[in-house]
This record gives sequence, C-alpha cells and structure tokens, in this order.
Amino acid sequence: MISLQHIERVFQVGDEEVHALRDVSMTAAGGEYIAIMGPSGSGKSSLLNILGLLDRPDSGSYELDGVKVSELDEKEQARIRRHKIGFVFQFFHLVPRLTAFDNIALPLMLAGMKQDERQERVTAALAAFGLANRAQHRPDQLSGGQRQRVAIARATIMQPSVILADEPTGNLDRNAGIEVVEILEELNHQGITLIIVTHDPELGKRARRQILMVDGRIEDDR
Amino acid sequence: MQIQDFFRYTFNGIRAQRLRSFLTALGIAVGIGAVVLLTSLGEGLHHFVLGEFTQFGTNLIAINPGKITTHGVSGALLSNVRPLTIEDSASLKQLPHILDVVSVVQGNGAIEAGTHQRRATIYGVDASAARVWKFGVAAGRFLPDDPPRSARSFVVLGSKVRKELFGNNQALGERIRIGGELFRVIGSMESKGQMLGFDLDDAVYIPAAKAMALFNRESLMEIDLLHSAGSSSSAVAEKVKKALQARHGKEDFTITTQEKMLEILGGVLNTLTIAVGALGGISLLVGGVGILTIMSITVNERTGEIGLLRAMGVERNQILVLFLGEAVILAAIGGLAGLVIGVGGSWLFSLIVPALPAHISWAYVASAELLAAFVGLLAGVLPARRAAGLHPVEALRAE
Repeated sequence: MISLQHIERVFQVGDEEVHALRDVSMTAAGGEYIAIMGPSGSGKSSLLNILGLLDRPDSGSYELDGVKVSELDEKEQARIRRHKIGFVFQFFHLVPRLTAFDNIALPLMLAGMKQDERQERVTAALAAFGLANRAQHRPDQLSGGQRQRVAIARATIMQPSVILADEPTGNLDRNAGIEVVEILEELNHQGITLIIVTHDPELGKRARRQILMVDGRIEDDR
Repeated sequence: MQIQDFFRYTFNGIRAQRLRSFLTALGIAVGIGAVVLLTSLGEGLHHFVLGEFTQFGTNLIAINPGKITTHGVSGALLSNVRPLTIEDSASLKQLPHILDVVSVVQGNGAIEAGTHQRRATIYGVDASAARVWKFGVAAGRFLPDDPPRSARSFVVLGSKVRKELFGNNQALGERIRIGGELFRVIGSMESKGQMLGFDLDDAVYIPAAKAMALFNRESLMEIDLLHSAGSSSSAVAEKVKKALQARHGKEDFTITTQEKMLEILGGVLNTLTIAVGALGGISLLVGGVGILTIMSITVNERTGEIGLLRAMGVERNQILVLFLGEAVILAAIGGLAGLVIGVGGSWLFSLIVPALPAHISWAYVASAELLAAFVGLLAGVLPARRAAGLHPVEALRAE
C-alpha cells in the first residue's frame, strides 16, 4: 500500500528553480501494476526517486505499508529500502567485478546474511531466472537480457513488496525487452507491486494502470 | 555485513585494478621500507656506539678537575683551580664500594726504539688501569703496583706501537726512549681497536708519576674509579664528591658517572634514530598521497556502484567504512611489502658493513605496519567521505 499526498519537489539549477513535482498525490494498493509515463523532464523519474526513498520531497507526505516513511531518518529509510523496495535500472547497475552469483547475493551480503544461507537462496534465484549456467560469469560476459535478469534477481532476492523499474527495457533489444517485461509481470502476479517508469507507449499499455505525467503534474491516471 | 564479507568485498575492489593497486601499495612499501631500514640503521648505530663506550666496563666514575658549568667550560682552563693529585687518587681508594682507582695523565710524545721512532699517545696510569678498563695483556705483564710517587720506569706497549717499533722481534725487556727518558718494556697489550677515531693500540702506558714528570705537569688529568657492581653509581658518586670536597674545601672538580653518560648518549642516539626515521616518513607521506589520489579516482569510477549500494539500503556510514577499509587494506599490504624490503635491506646492509650491524627492533617493525595502516586511514578519509556524501540519485545517474 502506497500513498503520496501533495508531494512537492523543487530543484535549484543555476539560479533557476525547476519544479520537478507539483502537488502530486496518488495511492496504489498492494500488488498493483502501474506504468508511469510521460515525456522526458515530466518528473516521472523524480517521482520514482521519491517512491524509492532515494530522494526526499520538499513537502507532502509518503506512507508505505502503513508507515509514514517521509518522516523517518536516513538510517530507517535505508532499512526500508533494504527490505521493502527492489530497484531495476535502465543500465542494470551490476557491479562489474562481481560474478552474476555475487551480484545477486550482494543485498543479502550487505544485510549480514551468512554465506551458507546465501548460497541456497541465490542458487534458487539463478535457477528461477534461467541463469543457472551463468552463475560464475561477470557482467561483461553476459548479454543485455541476461544482465537485466541478474539485476531483477538481485532486486527480488530480499523479497521486497515493491519493485521500482526505471526504463527496464530501455537498453535492450525488442526480444530481450519483452522477456524482461514478462519476468517482471510474473513477479507482479505473485503479489509484488510493480511500478515501471517508461516513455515507451507499447510497454506502458501492458500495465493495468497508467499514470501520465506532464510538467511535474499527474495529468491522467487510469 | 559479516566481517569476512567486508574483507572479500574490499579485497575484490583492490584486485579489480591490479596494476594500479600494485603501484599504489608500492608507494607505501617504499615509505615503510625506508622507515624500517633507516630506524634499523639508527638502532644499529645506537648499539654500536653504546658498545664502544661500555667496552671499558660499566661501573665507572670519572673525575676531572674544574667544575663544569652549564656552559660546559672546564675550570681546568683557569689557573686558580686546585688540581687533582696522586694523593687525591689514593685517598679515594679508601672509600667503601670503590674497587679500584686509576690516575690518568695523557699526552703525545716521540717513542724511540733503536733506530725506529714513532709518535704515539702516552697514557700515564696506575697498575689498576688494565683491570678497570678491561685491557688484556698479550705478552709480559701490565705495570706493577709500585708506590705511585716512586714508580719504576716501566712501559707497556699498545699492540700497534709494539708492531711498528719491534715488528716480529722480541720486545719484552728491551729499553725504549719516551720523551728522551729510558723505559723498560715489560709487556704489550692485546689489540683493543679504535674507539670513535682514537686508536687505542697506537699508545703506550707508563706510570702516572712518570708521565707527569714527562709532560711537566703538577697534576692529574682524570681519576677513574671502578665501583662494585651492586652499588648505585649515583650514591657512590655522592660519597666521592663529599670526600673530595673535604680535601679541597670546595667543589672544584666534575664527577661523571658512566651510567649518566650512557643515559645522555642513549638519549642523543634515540633522537638520531627518530630523526632518520622521520626522513623515511617523508617517503611514507608521499605514499599516502598516492593512496589519496587513487582512492579519489576509485570513488569517481565507482560512483554508480555507490548509488546502487545506497539504493539497496546501505547507509552512509557503511559506505564510508567500505572505502576507508579499502584504503587501509591497500596501505597495510604495501606496509607488509615495505617490512620485507626494510628487513631484507638491513640484513643486506649488515652483510656488506658488518662493523655497523643494522639492528632490527621488532617494536619499530610493528609500529611501522600500524603506521602504514594509519596513513591509509588518513589518506582514505577524504575520498571515503566524498563517497559517503554522494546523493544516491546523483550517484545512480553517473553510469
């Protein structure tokens, strides 16, 4: 359950104030599938950053699963990101010197899970995402689709309640893109809230709910 | 984060840039190597010099005429000082804990034996000198224990003088001229080597009274006392001072205990060791700057990774610790290599110059490694703070 109320975000660019988000309010029930769309500079990435607790709004409140997360301090917000939110990025953001296995295990390792416990979960994840024979490959030895699958496996390894995907297919060819979207949709079927930011209308149409942003405002929500 | 994972992750970061990490660690290695090598040499010098000074024994007290003021000007240069006499020397022998007393007069003179002539140091001493200064007699015997004022004209030759004057011929029983006077050779000394440039073998030993006559002196230049090993040298020195003050009426002499002298000398040598260590420290500083540079570059390159870690719920402090850890581990690896360089270098040095053996102090070695880690920590602070201060959104955008 996500609830944003009157979110404002202003950036200072030179001497100019840029209103990235203007009075944005929205709610999303658990398990929803939402595409946030709009032209570049419309504020959709800013919205995703607020939703992912990577950025703080200048005003307004944000409630996630009954907790007013916008009022938490940095330490507690980090804890929420660790346990409740999985990120999928356009450029994958894999650690280049780590193997696929270690990249997926990274959140578990950072959370302090012991190596033998990690082993089991990561191996299962590798199998589930069709990467079993790629475990010891480094990112530069993987195709784009495989990289994004590693990234999704990493985003879900902590069993978050929300996945935030920023242009997840933006850097993939068509087939790999469809494959990745289907994986994300399958996760959504299992009950994870899926929020995708995209300017690809075809991808947007697949979502059950589309939010259109223009100039920092929610223009349309259906 | 488990501790072994922490090390695995930071090591991984170091290993990913092999050449760069190697060169950076090398900077620290050279610095630590220099610190270890130079302090080892300093310590070696320390041991060497102290060894030189203690070769005459350690329970020695020297008395010189004149009161040394804080400016260190000896009153002996002034004429109104009551000189030390052979009688002073004899009276001190009666004091408790005093084992032996040596009256000393020293000068230079020509020594003739047949057609050979040589200038050498002439020591006017007592029979006790060989015992007090721990000189070994090679042939014959040392000066006999004659009454000081009526000592016979005997001479004992230093090993070099003996060799120069007599070569392989028998010296014992021969008569030589010292400053025109005849002396009979009754012994020759074992080689004692040099001490701080003074060749102790290029000397002859004659009775103190004879030397005083030879150099036309009324008084002694020094009285050396040997006190028993169990007694405190400062307590003995105090008694000596009282006794001599009673004889002279005032304190117109200076007492130097070997203990005090070694203390001062040790202090000077320690300062020297620290000074050369500091010289090595400069190269360590340069190595630290290398770490600072490389860590700054690393933070730049890994900005995207930092953003990712933040997105995955890693706190600022953890980012700080991760990058600090990398700097410290890099420096510690360099430090270990530096220890190998330093210890190996001092070992090599002692092979090449055996006279001045480098002395490796393990306390220095351990603190050098700690110093390396500390330099890494210090050099890592700035880049690590920058890494921790990055805004996650900005950092994620970097890639």
